[in-house]
Amino acid sequence: MVTLTVNGREQRFDGNPEMPLLWYLRDVLGLTGSKYGCGMALCGACTIHLDGVAMRACVTPVSAAQGRAVTTIEGLSADGSHPVQQAWTELNVAQCGYCQCGQIMQAASLLKDKPKPSDADIDAAMVGNLCRCGTYTRIRAAIHLAVEKTGGGA
Amino acid sequence: MTPDGMTPRYAAEDAAASVTDTGAGVVTNVSRRAFLLGLGAGALVLAVAPAIAADPPRRYGGDGMPGGLKDDPRLFVAIAADGTVTIINHRAEMGQGVRTSVPLIVADELEADWTRVKVQQAPGDETKYGNQNTDGSRSVRHNFEPLRRAGAAARQMLVAAAAARWKVPAAEVVAQNHTLSHAASGRRAGYGEFAADAAALPVPTGTALKLKTPAQFRYIGKGKVGLIDNRDIVTGKAQYGIDTRLPGMVYAVVARPPVYGGKVKRHDAAAALKVPGVLKVVPLDGAPIPSAFFPLGGIAVVAENTWAAIEGRKALTIEWDNGPNAGYDSAAYRAALETASRAPGELVYDRGDTYGALAKAERKIAAEYYVPHLAHAPMEPPAAVARVGADAAEAWACVQAPQAGRALLAGLLKLPEERVTIHQTLLGGGFGRKSKPDFIAEAALLSRAMDGKPVKLTWTREDDIVNDYFHTVSLERIEAAVDADGKPLAWLHRSAAPSIGSLFGPDPKHQRDFELGQGLTDLATAVPNYRIENPEAAAHTRIGWFRSVYNIPHAFATQSAVAELAHAAGRDPKDFLLDFIGPARRVDPTTMKTPNYGEDPARYPLDAGRLRRVAEVVAKAAGWGRALPRGKGLGIAAHRSFVSYTAVVVEVEVADDGTIVIPRVDIAIDCGPQVNPERVRSQMEGAVIQGIGLATIGEIRFAEGRAVQSNFHDYLLPRIDAAPRAIHVHAVGADDYAVPLGGVGEPGLPPVAPALANAVFAATGRRIRSLPIDTQLAGWNATGTAAG
Repeated sequence: MVTLTVNGREQRFDGNPEMPLLWYLRDVLGLTGSKYGCGMALCGACTIHLDGVAMRACVTPVSAAQGRAVTTIEGLSADGSHPVQQAWTELNVAQCGYCQCGQIMQAASLLKDKPKPSDADIDAAMVGNLCRCGTYTRIRAAIHLAVEKTGGGA
Repeated sequence: MTPDGMTPRYAAEDAAASVTDTGAGVVTNVSRRAFLLGLGAGALVLAVAPAIAADPPRRYGGDGMPGGLKDDPRLFVAIAADGTVTIINHRAEMGQGVRTSVPLIVADELEADWTRVKVQQAPGDETKYGNQNTDGSRSVRHNFEPLRRAGAAARQMLVAAAAARWKVPAAEVVAQNHTLSHAASGRRAGYGEFAADAAALPVPTGTALKLKTPAQFRYIGKGKVGLIDNRDIVTGKAQYGIDTRLPGMVYAVVARPPVYGGKVKRHDAAAALKVPGVLKVVPLDGAPIPSAFFPLGGIAVVAENTWAAIEGRKALTIEWDNGPNAGYDSAAYRAALETASRAPGELVYDRGDTYGALAKAERKIAAEYYVPHLAHAPMEPPAAVARVGADAAEAWACVQAPQAGRALLAGLLKLPEERVTIHQTLLGGGFGRKSKPDFIAEAALLSRAMDGKPVKLTWTREDDIVNDYFHTVSLERIEAAVDADGKPLAWLHRSAAPSIGSLFGPDPKHQRDFELGQGLTDLATAVPNYRIENPEAAAHTRIGWFRSVYNIPHAFATQSAVAELAHAAGRDPKDFLLDFIGPARRVDPTTMKTPNYGEDPARYPLDAGRLRRVAEVVAKAAGWGRALPRGKGLGIAAHRSFVSYTAVVVEVEVADDGTIVIPRVDIAIDCGPQVNPERVRSQMEGAVIQGIGLATIGEIRFAEGRAVQSNFHDYLLPRIDAAPRAIHVHAVGADDYAVPLGGVGEPGLPPVAPALANAVFAATGRRIRSLPIDTQLAGWNATGTAAG
């Protein structure tokens, strides 16, 4: 039995503790905002926060979340009001949108660590998140906009 | 998170009830809360004036597509009593923005307040909605005119309803921003108040229909409207095919033959069945070559969740019969294409005396350009949920062609099409891969094998890359010469690439007209001696459409060779490119027998003036001609595709170790009027990055018949650190509504790779003729000093 918190709610899982968190979130809990893209931590579409730190859910077993707090895109804000979500909306970053939940979770984690990242900081932090539509220049701009929205103190 | 409303309705026939709201992931019954304009079900008469000609004219554009175009407002507009306007979108959203841009056309003519517009996704039904095959950069281009008519008709019906109740002349009633008003009497009302009355009125057609003038557009051309799905996307609520959940659903993956044409010789499922959560192992028949949209067959594992299915598949033991393509090897194949291209091929087009002119010319080039297979790799791999009953089937899928999925399922399940419903979800990228509904068929066959349980079929990334419908591989040989004045004199282009035709019938072993028409037979060039040949190239894997398709290799070769010839002539590449295009003029596409993307040759000529203009605009904007130190350079390329004109200037910096940095890209597009300039810009940005990726790192190789690459560790896509610091998009001719619309989704891509290769040459003196660039530039500056 694994006990963990997902978006503030306690969950118990008595299935195979080796199941990657991604499939637990998507198939068992029905939280489909975290996306499957590669299963090998190569694309970042599944990015979640584990105790506030960005992680790839596709290679993190449920057992690793024992006693810890998982935040998914569904729990990043109650109403889409996180500055990163706002910036993404304002700049129409998304094309197909599939990777953007992972991008947003990664960007939110970056801003926690580095409230005023440079372009180089952004590239270093976001390099693990693939976007096949090619929205990267807007992702950079949106992260800078999110910084503006928070006055650099996200 | 399971959408409660997602209960199945087998082949719902009611017009209002068969609509899936993709954005919210909930199937809603429009008729419960909205008054659909018109009476819904049944046959609908296309409300366009019939042509009078004695012989039926050849149909072009959307009229020439299966299903044609529909402009009946009763199909696309519903207005609720509270004024909420629901617009049906019948095209696939895969990132190009159609769920915003297509309904925007209706909303503008309707004079709807966009904040009160909801968009709902149509199921796959071409008889009803008209053509739904979302590829070929056609959604806005084909639907602009009919959907303007639909929106305008709905507006006029509201006006007529208000006029009747208010007992005033319709000409005195104004519809503006969701409000009907009559100035003389001071009456005002919202759209909702007259929705029911309006729905009972006849649909105005022909001369009775009053379209807005472009000056009256509220949204079209403004680029001020945000993405309709923004909020769902940034909060994780957006529903893609892979996100569909149904009560009692089980999960499946399939082990498919790794070689095209292969099949299972024998398999052992015992270990797989012992994996916890695995429910069943199901052998699936595959179609022989040519497999078209049929599944490849293999062994499926059905389980309680996706992970158990994946683990179960790992435990399968399968011996494959690899079939006739077991020897496919991309290095050997490249050599064969090179050999083929060094001898005359099937003649495609000829003017002047190309061979004679080449033989006599003093300054000439001969070069071979190679573009490898590519995988589409949309971030969402193919995925579908199907539920198949005894007399009906229903599926939810991220498919570009829901109508093709419907036909495929009907055939495989032996059901009439009207008993098959395809709900189109959002697509997490498509790029042509999801034009093929094979994955929906797999889900449906598995649901039937599971006694009708809903089955979610997921392609893992490995499945997606190994069993893709690959972008063609190509070898283009160009021999070209200039005259004594340094002007283009002769041009021989031999293009060898396996054809998509091989997917649907006996391998033609030569590109077909529509493939040659992507950058070869539609080239407006002033070269007096010009010849296109098409040597043999057999297919050994599934070949499929990939964003911009054969334009990729054709444009890479042509636009690289133009710069090579400019260099040989000692000319500036931009000036020489303009000479290659020749003076502004309109070339009749029929003189080159080019299919012209299905468009009317009179409305869509090969317009050398427009091609020149995008090249001139982009060159000026990028500061063409500025001096740059060794190691830095600018490259230019221009191309017509999908009846739009694009040109690109890439600025590149090449480090001593061959690493490429791209500080800036300028791209100009003339696609005629731009309905949603904001999305045109984003499509150009994305095309630039995708183009940089395929130029620098993208490649699928084959060995022993199978794709060598399998996931993002070896099939490389551009990441954020490869993105230019700045991409400047320049709109050309966007306000000229006298010009018919061109495509947007694909035309940005073709000129990117050659512009980059030309920039690399300017920076380093190294000519890239084989993609991807990969490590080819390592040590380029062994004896010199690079800038930066």
